[in-house]
Amino acid sequence: MKNLWSYFKNGIIGENPILRLMIGLCSVLAVSVRVENCLAMGAAVTFVMVSSSTVVSLIRNWVPSQVRIPIFIVIISTFTTVVDLVMQAYLPSLSQAMGVFIPLIVVNCMIMGRAEAFASRNPVGLSIVDALGMGVGFTLVITAIGLVRELLGYGQILSIPVFPEHYQNMMVMVLPPGAFFVIGVYIALLNRFSRRSK
Amino acid sequence: MDETLVQIFKIFVSAALVDNIILARYIGLCPFIGMSSSLANGIGMGMAVTFVMVLASIVTWFLWFFILLPLNLEYLRIMVFILVIATLVQLVEIVLKKNVPNLYRAMGIYLPLITTNCAILAVTFFGVDYGYSLLEVVVYSISVALGFTLALVLLAGIRERLRFSRLSPFYQGYPIAFIATGLLALAFLGFKGLV
Repeated sequence: MKNLWSYFKNGIIGENPILRLMIGLCSVLAVSVRVENCLAMGAAVTFVMVSSSTVVSLIRNWVPSQVRIPIFIVIISTFTTVVDLVMQAYLPSLSQAMGVFIPLIVVNCMIMGRAEAFASRNPVGLSIVDALGMGVGFTLVITAIGLVRELLGYGQILSIPVFPEHYQNMMVMVLPPGAFFVIGVYIALLNRFSRRSK
Repeated sequence: MDETLVQIFKIFVSAALVDNIILARYIGLCPFIGMSSSLANGIGMGMAVTFVMVLASIVTWFLWFFILLPLNLEYLRIMVFILVIATLVQLVEIVLKKNVPNLYRAMGIYLPLITTNCAILAVTFFGVDYGYSLLEVVVYSISVALGFTLALVLLAGIRERLRFSRLSPFYQGYPIAFIATGLLALAFLGFKGLV
């Protein structure tokens, strides 16, 4: 049990996909304007991540290693298509807000990377735990970025105003530069934090 | 004739500068941050991306308008496009290795990375979403690739300089690269309203 927990924790702290491994960045910066979008994106990525890791891990003994990459891509794109269609049907406004970034989950290096580096070499249970950890780690970081951007950029959290009325919105936070600044500062903070604990 | 030229120029300016794929749309960031540590890497990656991006958008354009649309298979788009890109990258690698070894040496190592480069997939989506004609798609993909290379080369230059500046140790490497990118993006905001 303790072992499983350490695999789960690995995705959140040790090898956090965004802040540590610098993968899966595109969707993070693009949708993190509002917390609502971040949570939806996190859920979508976690779903694709867990389902494709499960399948990859289940078929890992039958896949010849020469053609494994195309096979992984087909599996991942199947689940991405599912997410895309479901969101278009039930959450049209969110799907509109995220636009091309839902289909782009398919090329999220994080999912491919975990399929290749972990799920294709480990039993199903471990792969699910690892994928879940990575998905939660992704969701936490993206929400943390979204929180800062929505708070400073719109003066709101989850579309509820939190600042007094005369707060001047910090437009740069909503625009692309703001995203880059916030993630840069987060990585620097993480560096400082982890260095001190060593 | 004039009107097509104007249209093409508009596509070029908006794709390369105003809607720069990295600095304004946040697409293709992984190779951007990963490969911008030196100028030589930046140029090699830029070349490889340009090459594959143009080829992929032409192939997917034909597939979309002549196979997927007539057969009502729109929902297969994600899967078909990503497979086309993966196959194309393999083919390009094989052909270059055999026939143009010089070029292969220059951009060979970057090619496998391109399969999971979201910029390529995104451009093929945009190309069919905007309803461009074949000529427009070619111009569009070339301009996006140029914009990508421009941003990559700019950041690579900045990062080469940054290596010699005195920074807080926590900011060295990725954090300062992101903040420099933010400043670049801020500068590129100045192009808004050009088209």
